[in-house]
Amino acid sequence: MNPAFSVVLFTTIAGAAQGLVVALALATLGGISTTSAFTARSLAIAGVMLAIGLVSSFGHLGRKERAWRAVLMWRTSWLSRECIVLPAFIGWIALWWLVLPRAEPSVLFPLVALLLAAVLWLCTAMIYACLRFIEEWAQPLTLVNFVLIGLSSGFVLASALAAASGESELLRASGPAALVLTIAAWAARMQSLRRNAALEHRSTLQSATGIRSPQLVQKSMGMSAGAFNTREFFHGRTLALLHNVRRVFLLGGFALPALLALAILLGAPAGLWWLAVASQAVGLLAERWFFFAQAKHPQNLYYQVVS
Amino acid sequence: MMGWLKDLLGGKVHDDSARWEPGDTLAKQLALVIDLNVCVGCHACVTSCKEWNTSGTAGPLVDENAYGANPTGTFFNRVQTYEAGIFPGTDTIHFPKSCLHCEDPPCVPVCPTGASYKRKADGIVLVDYDKCIGCKYCAWACPYGARELDEERQVMTKCTLCVDRVHDAQLAPEDRKPACVKACPTGARLFGDVKDPDSEVSKAIRERGGYPLMPEWETKPANQYLPRRKTPAVGGDAP
Repeated sequence: MNPAFSVVLFTTIAGAAQGLVVALALATLGGISTTSAFTARSLAIAGVMLAIGLVSSFGHLGRKERAWRAVLMWRTSWLSRECIVLPAFIGWIALWWLVLPRAEPSVLFPLVALLLAAVLWLCTAMIYACLRFIEEWAQPLTLVNFVLIGLSSGFVLASALAAASGESELLRASGPAALVLTIAAWAARMQSLRRNAALEHRSTLQSATGIRSPQLVQKSMGMSAGAFNTREFFHGRTLALLHNVRRVFLLGGFALPALLALAILLGAPAGLWWLAVASQAVGLLAERWFFFAQAKHPQNLYYQVVS
Repeated sequence: MMGWLKDLLGGKVHDDSARWEPGDTLAKQLALVIDLNVCVGCHACVTSCKEWNTSGTAGPLVDENAYGANPTGTFFNRVQTYEAGIFPGTDTIHFPKSCLHCEDPPCVPVCPTGASYKRKADGIVLVDYDKCIGCKYCAWACPYGARELDEERQVMTKCTLCVDRVHDAQLAPEDRKPACVKACPTGARLFGDVKDPDSEVSKAIRERGGYPLMPEWETKPANQYLPRRKTPAVGGDAP
């Protein structure tokens, strides 16, 4: 597939915001004391990140003025469900942020926020995992990766914010959690890379055309120049670039942040959490780009020359 | 406003009685059957499709840079060419492909707006251009690459099986066929109801080994293809 930057940015930044909200919700429920000003500020950051994601997702639409229609088919479409859950999540966080300075908020706020974050991950991942013939995506690890990567980046961000505001009690919990989640996300992503490397696609040029001959070559793709089919489904980059992107995301998204988290836990300055955030910002955008680029759509079988 | 809200909560914004829903089995399914024995790759179906559908009420099928170095355009039907076997015993096979109007179309349930739908009355899969938001998700959900985004209108387009011809009572009965079928000089394109066992298309599929594309995904394409047969001239049995 040809990765659309709008969707890469949206899913990455929203995932991190969801992870941050989960960290704040668990801290609240777990009785970890933080100042309400810190929680409110962190919720505002998560809300802004989600809003950036929402605006970015509009970039993928051809007819933005009709975007409201996307909430209509929630009975059958995961995309439609996502379009309902995302604004609901933003709204709930805004509500939580609004009541925070006034009174001790009810446990309902973190509980529902946890639920909405989980449902949003489910919707986002299922948009891809439900396409059974895009075999790189149609696997449970797609959901596992979306959740773990979101949690990892959210907890790293929560730790950076806690360190900056001197919220030491939160940092004592979120720091080790960020390390564990980043290693878990790393392991799960490696597992999906291994699985996809060994993948044998079910469709072949023979099944796509029904021409049984084992020697079958395409002589003409039916047009002399490009078409939607040759643009949307091909990233047009070299294998070498793909390998480099893979290296960047494994290093920047997982290895370096995990190493930094470990160093901080062993006594390195807590300011390094921001380096981990910066590293993940680059690494995880690269990871999501790779997620799209690696997927081979079966329609590409009909365009042998482009691929 | 209240009606709109009711529709929204019920997830129903369209006349459901006219729309196929996942699990439905239709009594009638219009489709094409393409005979790979006689397609000569002349592209008359491609140009007649373009001509008919660009002139219709749904608006033109855009071409960009038509006279530039890199022209690109929207087509509902394309003819590709494949070569099978090892020289000199090769077969050149011209392979027309358009939307297959699947009986279980994966492009329909994924549409977030309901712009993409399948008609209950005749099984034709269509896009309501006024409701499409151009998210391209249906194109991702079609394993055949049958859908093409109109780059100017920014809505998804696809073969309509000439829905504006096949039911037009003002046309002579022999003209109530898709433009591509009418244009084919060799009769490689058959059109009819694949659910009617006595139709020309059903007989052709039954008697001549008609097959669907990518059966492994169980989309049950309505359009089917008739495979090449060896003739006595190349050492095969008489058809």
